[in-house]
Amino acid sequence: MITITGLSYLLAAILFIVGLKNLGSPKTARKGNAMAMLGMLIAIVVTLLDRNILDFIYIVIGLIVGSAIGAYVARTVEMTAMPQMVALFNGFGGLASTLVAYSEYIHHGQHITGPDISITLVLSLLIGTVTFFGSLIAFAKLQGLMRGAPIVFKGQTLVNGLILGIVIVLAVFFALDTTRIELLLIIIALSAILGVTSVIPIGGADMPVVIALLNSYSGLAAAATGFVLYNNILIIAGALVGASGIILTQIMCKAMNRSLTNVLFGAVGTDDSGAGQAVTGPKSNVPQYSAEDAAMIFDAAESVIIVPGYGLAVAQAQHVLYEFTQLLQEKGIEVRFAIHPVAGRMPGHMNVLLAEADVPYDLLLEMDEINEDFKNTDVALVIGANDVINPAARYKKNSPLYGMPILNVDQARTVMIVKRSLSPGFAGEDNELFYDQKTMMLFGDAKKMVSELIKEVKEL
Amino acid sequence: MPDMILVALYIFVLAIFVGFEVITKVPPLLHTPLMSGSNAISGITIVGALISAGSGHDQLGKILGMIAVISAMINVVGGFMVTDRMLEMFKKDRNKK
Repeated sequence: MITITGLSYLLAAILFIVGLKNLGSPKTARKGNAMAMLGMLIAIVVTLLDRNILDFIYIVIGLIVGSAIGAYVARTVEMTAMPQMVALFNGFGGLASTLVAYSEYIHHGQHITGPDISITLVLSLLIGTVTFFGSLIAFAKLQGLMRGAPIVFKGQTLVNGLILGIVIVLAVFFALDTTRIELLLIIIALSAILGVTSVIPIGGADMPVVIALLNSYSGLAAAATGFVLYNNILIIAGALVGASGIILTQIMCKAMNRSLTNVLFGAVGTDDSGAGQAVTGPKSNVPQYSAEDAAMIFDAAESVIIVPGYGLAVAQAQHVLYEFTQLLQEKGIEVRFAIHPVAGRMPGHMNVLLAEADVPYDLLLEMDEINEDFKNTDVALVIGANDVINPAARYKKNSPLYGMPILNVDQARTVMIVKRSLSPGFAGEDNELFYDQKTMMLFGDAKKMVSELIKEVKEL
Repeated sequence: MPDMILVALYIFVLAIFVGFEVITKVPPLLHTPLMSGSNAISGITIVGALISAGSGHDQLGKILGMIAVISAMINVVGGFMVTDRMLEMFKKDRNKK
């Protein structure tokens, strides 16, 4: 039976890997997800059959309650709320890992002898607990339950380092005498504090990085628990997720031209919600254009690139935007979307938001694919994006945006920016493009403005 | 014992490399489904949780195990379902030749 279990776990591991591989293309992605699902099912069923499970009551309750909550959330969550949902799920993964490692200790506490198990046990508790509490904070920030602005206090990094140091010292004491359960409890408590203090100084706009990082932690927590249980499927699956999270973290950092250290300790950014609600800035010094003016330009255009930002989703304007896109396409105008890596609130978020509005994915182009095309494009229509098109990122050395790769919107023949005011983006940097001669500022709510554009273009 | 942990370490490191190879090829278009999907995979702790919850040793262990099963199951079911829901929305342009 042990052999069969082992081989089944191997099969599950293969299905996870091939499933992830299939997630690499939109054509095969659904199949890939289904394969990973099958892998998980096999792992669960085999575990239930093989292990000498004496008590099924708790398992059945757990399976039913967990599945019901998971299914309910998955069905009802809004696509805009995807980041906080993923953050929350990461947290549950971390919690599960911690609990499993801890109850494994309760069962076999007296038999733990070698220092190796003590180390993996402490690691599992540490990573799992940090993931859980860190994710709760990330969730609260994204959900607007607490302010998105960084919360900093003096010596924060020092405190975090100190906590980590104490955990290591306690781990050594625990390794010397594994019967001292109180040491483990202190370690868990300290890890909980560490989870909170390490995420509160991170600003709302940096949350994509944090979610990716917590994603990685939740995988590493599972892997660490795998070491405690000597269970290879936990180690393999955990390692895969750990690697995935690290890659996404790197990509997001690169897209903002920030180092991970800077994101984690830099406390950059303003209040997440504040940026949108900022008081209407002085508009008087730039010419205002109406939807009618814009419609005339569109009428003469042959190519349009739309640059969507998170403001588009906040205004719930994706659907009207696609209606507008189709209208332009009917007129024979080439329309494409330029997606900046940090558009949205988590990696790839904007693509999902547009896919939800039925925008075909082959119209969505990555920054590197489309950036050269702006100079041959008649109109760049920017909706709800700001920092990712700010030319200051190219030359203004003292700007927080400096060095961040941006979309070359300023190279298009005409730039249209739909925005409620002239207020700067998260980075707090004024955007010179607003005052450029070829820029048409279309002040107003994104949804309303796009609807007006549809009406005006139709009337032409 | 040290042998076992060494083997486990080998498996862990090799799996990390496999993960890097496979996931680097996922385009930004699919990064959100990738995250929620890999999130579901990290719910593999369910295997450990089932063992804890069903061990029949002491009450505390079983209850902790049950909470672990619930948490991991939220991850697994929620993660896979929401990933499928998102991927279903990704469609190619029908008008394009």
